[in-house]
Amino acid sequence: MTAYILRRLLFMVPVALFLTAILFVVLRLTPGDPAQIELGEQATPETIAALHHELGLDRPLVVQYGIWVVRILHGDLGKSLANHQPVLRAIGDRLPATLELGILAFLLHLVLALAVGTLAAIYRRSILGPLTTLFASVFFALPGFFFAILLVLIFAIKLRLLPVSGYAPLYGPDADLGENLRHVSLPIVALAVPETAGLARLIRSSLLETLYSDYIRTARGKGLSEWVIVTRHAMRNAALPVITALGLSLGFVFSGAFIVETIFAWPGVGRLAVNALSSRDYPIVQGVVLLAALSIMVATLLADIAYAAADPRITYTRRRA
Amino acid sequence: MSSARVISAGEAPEAERGLRQAQSRFWLLRMARKYPLVAIFLSILGLLLLVAVFAPVLAPYSPTKTHSAQTLESPSGSHWLGTDQLGRDSLSRVIYGVQVSLEVAVIAVAIGVGAGITLGLIAGYSGGLIDEILSRYVDAQLAFPPLLLAIAISSALGPSLFHAMIAVGITGVPRFMRFTRGQVLRARELDYVTAGIAIGASRRRILLRHILPNIADPLIVVGSLAAGGAILAEAALSFLGVGAQPPTPDLGSMINIARDYLQNQAWLAVGPGVAIFLIAWSFANLGDALRDALDPRLRER
Repeated sequence: MTAYILRRLLFMVPVALFLTAILFVVLRLTPGDPAQIELGEQATPETIAALHHELGLDRPLVVQYGIWVVRILHGDLGKSLANHQPVLRAIGDRLPATLELGILAFLLHLVLALAVGTLAAIYRRSILGPLTTLFASVFFALPGFFFAILLVLIFAIKLRLLPVSGYAPLYGPDADLGENLRHVSLPIVALAVPETAGLARLIRSSLLETLYSDYIRTARGKGLSEWVIVTRHAMRNAALPVITALGLSLGFVFSGAFIVETIFAWPGVGRLAVNALSSRDYPIVQGVVLLAALSIMVATLLADIAYAAADPRITYTRRRA
Repeated sequence: MSSARVISAGEAPEAERGLRQAQSRFWLLRMARKYPLVAIFLSILGLLLLVAVFAPVLAPYSPTKTHSAQTLESPSGSHWLGTDQLGRDSLSRVIYGVQVSLEVAVIAVAIGVGAGITLGLIAGYSGGLIDEILSRYVDAQLAFPPLLLAIAISSALGPSLFHAMIAVGITGVPRFMRFTRGQVLRARELDYVTAGIAIGASRRRILLRHILPNIADPLIVVGSLAAGGAILAEAALSFLGVGAQPPTPDLGSMINIARDYLQNQAWLAVGPGVAIFLIAWSFANLGDALRDALDPRLRER
């Protein structure tokens, strides 16, 4: 098992390198010159060339990439082309905001989906089942950003219950927990609810499948209550496909964060990346992509490990026949 | 209903009746009654397709002509969805937006299917090192959230509608590649393929004539679901500004523009949003309905 984990971790390195190499090349082939954008009005061929030299943009591509990789190994992700802030610090400053959003949204969608999915499975003859499927289908087709905007329309503008956008820090001199919670509510809902529908449907169908197996029939024969059956016996086995789905959904935290952070002006990594993309701030984009790729791979690995831990039949080691 | 079946003349009367039935005029109606869901969603999509094709005729105004005197008007008799901040009729823009979205569906899925199937066929049939390399690449691409990848590709190529279509298409390649590869791996073991090899059929012939027709059914299902996803992805890209650029009437970018006017002109966002939802939802339900309809287990033989 440890061999498998080590192999997976090792595999992550070339994948990350591969992805970033491609991104590196593609970014620099882009129309749009960061030097020109930064200099704006004062751009003359001489000043542009000077800035290119200063930023190291006039070296051959391979050399630039090589320099970047070496610096990474020393923990230096470069400096933003816009304000010369170290990329690592820029990302680090905004990471707590994104993490707060992502973790809360993840927890919310997990709790909601478990509740709805389990209830839909237990009361399988009620309308809850088809309703869950319907919602899953609707939220698949409803664009995430449109849903977020509808939320803003209803709760922030029409009902004036919550703020339209913005952020209040959790610590430091301006810390305000109440304001922070008010500002984070809509973004979390916007991020979590679309995923909840799909996950709830998965939980429901997985539970239903389990509930028809023989050992559950035995439990019912023993006279156990439906509730105990579901929670103590069925859940454990029904959880398996759900774990895999959860591993995948950690990726959604990143994609969703981009959009939600932009709509709600949430000062997170997503918004940083979106702005960096339009201003061709390569170091920031590369840094974010690298971190995103690594964290997603780690998350998938954790999900696979959890899956193997949950199901004793699954083993990733090689068996000698 | 695969083309791999062979009927010899004078065979059981059911075969003859089936053939005659397929050729009758009412075949379409009969199919519709047998698979009502497919018929419904196919019709909705057909309607949307008509809207898209006849956009120039249906749209009451030009989607791009600006009228500085008529900005931000509420929905009224002459402008059913009001006007936007440049005085353009919102309804016309939505109609042309539907056209754009359907274009996106076609092109993006075509790219994904084309490249995906090709890679899948190669990987599945060649096996060995080629298969290993292609599979590793696909795994690597899948390790990355598709939206981020699409954003990166589209903004790298230069934000435009066409580049967004390419980006979305590329993100769809792994799904089709894996699917095709799986089917090829299974089909490879079948007897008629072995027979084909035995009589000296070329690799290409086997792939094209025998394997490809048999993956058509599930491919349509996956393609339909992918079309829905492609439309949503492109809308997201345009919303973020890395897709269609003004003045192109794109449903996603229309919602982005409407963000600034939510206070008083909320309908500017609702129209395009509902349109995107309808298109994506129809594709998704069509895919589900097709999957149930084409399920071989439910066929009467």
